[in-house]
Amino acid sequence: MPLLLFTSLVFTGSFVAGLLGALTGLGGGVVLVPLLTLVFHVDIRYAIGASLISVIATSSGAAAAYVREGFSSVRIGMFLEVATTIGAVFGAYLATRVPTHALAIVFGVVLLYSAWLSWQQTRHPATPSTTRNPWSDRLRMSGSYPDGSGGQCNYTVDRIPAGFATMFGAGTLSGLLGIGSGAVKVLAMDRVMRIPFKVSTTTSNFMIGVTAAASAGIYLQRGYINPGLAFPVMLGVLAGSLLGARFLVRARVSMLRNIFTVVILALGVEMIVNGWMGRS
Amino acid sequence: MTLKKTASAAHFDDRRMEAMMGRLLQAGVLLASTLVLVGGVLYLKMHADTAVNYRTFTDEATSLRYPDRLIGLLKQGDPAAIVQLGILLLIATPVARVAFAVIGFAIERDRLYIVVSLIVLVVLIFGLLH
Repeated sequence: MPLLLFTSLVFTGSFVAGLLGALTGLGGGVVLVPLLTLVFHVDIRYAIGASLISVIATSSGAAAAYVREGFSSVRIGMFLEVATTIGAVFGAYLATRVPTHALAIVFGVVLLYSAWLSWQQTRHPATPSTTRNPWSDRLRMSGSYPDGSGGQCNYTVDRIPAGFATMFGAGTLSGLLGIGSGAVKVLAMDRVMRIPFKVSTTTSNFMIGVTAAASAGIYLQRGYINPGLAFPVMLGVLAGSLLGARFLVRARVSMLRNIFTVVILALGVEMIVNGWMGRS
Repeated sequence: MTLKKTASAAHFDDRRMEAMMGRLLQAGVLLASTLVLVGGVLYLKMHADTAVNYRTFTDEATSLRYPDRLIGLLKQGDPAAIVQLGILLLIATPVARVAFAVIGFAIERDRLYIVVSLIVLVVLIFGLLH
C-alpha cells in the first residue's frame, strides 16, 4: 500500500477510535492497537508505540477542560502517580522482554476485561464511603467538589494500600501495552478507594499522561515509536477525542456504549486467537 | 469560576495550581501537534508513493532515538526528525506538569507533597534516560 493511502486510512481509523473512546469514556487506545495490528497488519510493537503517544496527547489535550469543571484532585493524582509511573517503567521493561504473541494474548485478555467492566458500569452505581479513614486526612487526600447547586461536597479516601497496589497494576498494563488503562485507574479510585466517580474519572485523565510519559522513553530507545506511523495515529486520535468530548454533554451514549462493548469483546477474542496461533 | 476556599481564594491554592497546569498541558500539546502536523505533511510529500511496511519490526531509524543525532537531522530539515521533535515535546509536557507541581507545593509549603511529586519526577527522568 502506498504511504499516502495508508496514512489517510490510519488517520481515519484513529479519528474514529478517538471519537468513540471519548464518547463512551473507554478511551481510544484500547481499540487502536487491535485496529492497527488486525486491520492494518502493523507489528504490535509499532502499534503500542504509536498508541502510547496518542494516549499522552489525548490526556494533555483534555486537561484544561477537566480543570475547569473543578472535580480533579492534584494530590490524589500525584500520590497515586508514584505507583503508576513505577508500574509503567516496569511494564515497558517487560514489553521489551515478552514475545509479541504473548503481548497479543495479554492485550486480548485486557480487552475482554474492559468489555466486562463497561457492561458492569451501566448496572452498578458506586457505593459511597461510610467510614472515615484517618490516613485520608494524614496524607491530605480528603477534598471537596462542586455539587452542581453552588455548594461543595466533601469526600474522603479509603483503602489506600489496595488502591496504590491496583494503580501499580494499571501502570504496568499501560507500559506493557501502550494504553492509558484509564478503566483500571478509575476502578482503583472509584471502587477500591471509594472516591466519588466524577473525581475519579477527571483525576484519572491527568494520571494517564504522566503514566504514559514514564514508559515513552524506553519505547523511544527501543525503536517502538515510528514517526511515519505515530503521526497519523496521534493527530487522528487527538482530533477524534477532542470532538467526542465536545459532543459528550449532549449525546445519549448508552446505545453507543453497548455497541462499543461488543466491538471490544470481538477484538479481544480475535487478538487472543491470533496470538495463540502465533500470527502476530 | 468556582472559588474553593473563600479565605484563601486570592492566594495560591490547589485549584489555581491545577488551572495553571491545565494551561501548561494545553500549550504543550498544541505546540507538539503543530510540529507533528508540519513534519508529517512534509514526510508525506517526500515519500507519497513509497510502499509501507510496518509488518516487520526493524531496529532502524536509530538516528532518531538519540537527541544529538536528532539535532543534526533537524538542521537538514528532515521531516521524520521534525515529527520526532514534536513527539519528544509531547512526552516532555506531562513531565513539565510534575516539575511544576514540585514548585506549586513548595509555594504552598506542603513538604509531604513536595517529596511525593519529586519521587514521581525522579521515576519519570529515570524512565526517559534509561
